Amino acid sequence: MSTLASTDVALAGFAAEVGTEGPVAVRGGGTRWNLGGVLTENARLVEVPSGIVDYQPAEMIVTVRAGTNTADLHASLAEHGQTCALPERGGTVGGAVAVGENRLDRLGRGSVRDAVLQVRYVSSEGDVVTGGGPVVKNVTGFNIPKLLTGSLGTLGLIAEVVLRTNPLPPVQRWLRAESVDPRDLRDVVLRPGAVLWDGTSSWILVEGHEADVDSEIERVATRADITSTDGPPELPPHRWRLSPSDASQADRFIDGSFVASIGVGTVWATTAQPVREPDPVAAQIVSRMKQLFDPSGRLNPGRSSWT
Amino acid sequence: MTTWWRRPSRPADPLIADLHDALAPDRVRNDGAERSLTSHDASVFDGGVSGPVCFPTTTGEVQAIMRIAERHDRAVVPRGAGTGLAGGAIPLGAPIVVCTGKMNNVVQIDLENRIAWVEPGVINLDLSKQLRPKGFHFAPDPSSQQVCTLGGNVANNSGGPHCLAYGVTDAHVLAIEVVLPDGQVAMLGGLEDEPDGLDLRGAFVGSEGTLGIATKIAVRLTPNPPAVRTMLLSFSSVRDAAQTVSDVIASGVVPAALEVMDQPMVTAIERYVGAGYPTDAAAVLLAEVEGLDAGVDIDVAHIDQIGRANNATEIRLAGSDEERAALWKGRKTAFGAVAQIAPDYYLHDTVVPRAKLADVLEQIYEIVDRHEVLVLNVFHAGDGNLHPLLVFDAREEGTLERVHAAGAEILRASLEAGGVLSGEHGIGVEKQQYMEELFGQADLDHQNRLRQAFDPACRANPGKVLPAGHSCADIQALRDVPTGVWG
Ligand SMILES: Cc1cc2nc3c(=O)[nH]c(=O)nc-3n(C[C@H](O)[C@H](O)[C@H](O)COP(=O)(O)OP(=O)(O)OC[C@H]3O[C@@H](n4cnc5c(N)ncnc54)[C@H](O)[C@@H]3O)c2cc1C
Repeated sequence: MSTLASTDVALAGFAAEVGTEGPVAVRGGGTRWNLGGVLTENARLVEVPSGIVDYQPAEMIVTVRAGTNTADLHASLAEHGQTCALPERGGTVGGAVAVGENRLDRLGRGSVRDAVLQVRYVSSEGDVVTGGGPVVKNVTGFNIPKLLTGSLGTLGLIAEVVLRTNPLPPVQRWLRAESVDPRDLRDVVLRPGAVLWDGTSSWILVEGHEADVDSEIERVATRADITSTDGPPELPPHRWRLSPSDASQADRFIDGSFVASIGVGTVWATTAQPVREPDPVAAQIVSRMKQLFDPSGRLNPGRSSWT
Repeated sequence: MTTWWRRPSRPADPLIADLHDALAPDRVRNDGAERSLTSHDASVFDGGVSGPVCFPTTTGEVQAIMRIAERHDRAVVPRGAGTGLAGGAIPLGAPIVVCTGKMNNVVQIDLENRIAWVEPGVINLDLSKQLRPKGFHFAPDPSSQQVCTLGGNVANNSGGPHCLAYGVTDAHVLAIEVVLPDGQVAMLGGLEDEPDGLDLRGAFVGSEGTLGIATKIAVRLTPNPPAVRTMLLSFSSVRDAAQTVSDVIASGVVPAALEVMDQPMVTAIERYVGAGYPTDAAAVLLAEVEGLDAGVDIDVAHIDQIGRANNATEIRLAGSDEERAALWKGRKTAFGAVAQIAPDYYLHDTVVPRAKLADVLEQIYEIVDRHEVLVLNVFHAGDGNLHPLLVFDAREEGTLERVHAAGAEILRASLEAGGVLSGEHGIGVEKQQYMEELFGQADLDHQNRLRQAFDPACRANPGKVLPAGHSCADIQALRDVPTGVWG
């Protein structure tokens, strides 16, 4: 008997609902519904179980079912002074993992990919499959959690995840800064939670122990005109995926307004990023992967992991 | 000046001949000495004599080797420094061995993107040395960092004492150029935070050479912290030390390192280097915090308080860089110290929930007692990553059997506590037969699908990681440890 095999009746019920035949997809929060393509009309929508299964604040891990609202998860974590890499913007935990998009304060909270320690999903054959493990460090076998995170449900329907949690910093302060190269802000603060730039103004999230935050703000003040502010600016709708160096020159090639995440590379803009050609050999691996995990193509038909 | 040379005659073996043509004769070794050198890594397993051993210098040469392997229907085993502890780099059935040692250039240090492009044969510590004057380092610091390669770190998703706060290799690799077993080159991942498509980079890290050969890697650079504080806490029971670790993590402090050594280990270290650790303590905890001045002092006070609440018998704070180095010296020479005790060792590696550390340790002491084997413990306590080190003399009749039996029980105790088989050394050939005790059939089947998507012909390092019904080679005696390796 394997120690990781799922014995959860709710997951078994979900697997039964997914069944073994016919196009199928999970009804998520719908916040990023058309990412990766439009679901074909004949796909049957299934409900994935929700709820926090086990939360051990002292271990800094939480086991949560995919249908749980991310806001509910964050509320539970906050009660223990913790947070996690999943966005708080709404939608479900399963959706957030399937999409794999990081938070605005990714520098401080880490990436979704690094947060998923274990994943349970229902396969194309209708089995509950477990990958990874419920501990913070693990190199036992192939890294299924990495493969499923950001897969847009094309390899398996995510049912439950074990996530790494992080302590909330004791103090967090947003500053708005003018007349400064945002890259200098990034360099002057040791571990900023976020550094943003809209081509003119910059925003920085300074966090940590109060005394450190105060001294970092003093240092920032020697480089820039700063004012304290409630939070980040409004983000335009389209997400560009760039290298950090390209993002810090976003004004040169993005038309319209934008907010760039400095040191990360993600840019939110009013225009959409032109489609990029995938690496042709990596694309072959991806199509073999899909063929092997979902030979009948029944999982999330119409969607592709190349967004 | 006239130079003249004679073209060496083409080898009779068509495989060797093809390899000579693709590389250069002096970078294809087929003599018995070289081939048996690569039959081992730092594990207790023996793979037998390998096929030809190749030393490519470029991605193109690695591609050529893969294509030749395909033509001659040979398996390929990537090899870095051979410090792996699970037998990942040992040859099974005379494969072509591809040593990355001559691909050892730091290609580019890109401070704007805070990354470096490196070739796979670059030594872990060499990279950090090059980065230090620029104010950065590569965070994963395996104890073998003086010799192990970044390609090996990527393949094993290696960790180290300082991976507690920063994460293991996986969190520090953005992109990997890989030569697939069919000879094609793929770029996995990218410098973007969220590259398009499936996270093939994430799938490759930790795949132990079974998906292809990494030929170029973009690694993340971590800024050196302005303030570092190192503490030593002594306890009269291992349970108190373990509880302190759990309580520190639970309190929201994320130390850079939390390392525990038990009394047998401390005694061995003291005999070896005299690091000044208290030999009367049941366990010693090294705690390190990093960051800015004010914050690290707050963290130190916090850890001090938690240590006292858990009956610490002594708490020391290093007052200078020299004192810090002295505190680390003992931990860093731990493996060298072990070599003084008995001729043979077997280093285990499991992870358990941090709250179970004390219970599992007590079980480990009970298990080794019953099997009459000696154990020393030095481990990454902050991650729950246990490293029970069994020391023995293989020449004594029946010892190997007892070591094996004790090891198997330790693995099972870790699994029963809700843990996993390996935190950093990987599965290799060592733990394949235990995979079914952790994973179900469908789980393993899906891992195999991941593997097949990269390597449909099963040509890259076959017979590793997943249980495949082949029998593992025999445990065998410790070989001499080269000086410096145990850093
Ligand atoms: C004294 C000692 C201390 C150690 N301490 C630690 C520690 O603290 N933390 C830790 O995690 N590990 C530790 N290890 C284990 C080992 O050093 C690491 O696993 C290391 O990353 C292996 O690197 P290597 O270059 O020696 O790889 P090798 O042993 O040569 O190979 C390891 C695996 O990687 C594959 N491989 C190598 N290069 C490539 C490549 N370019 N592409 C694809 N696959 C490749 C091989 O096929 C093999 O499966 C220790 C080992 C020793 C002997």
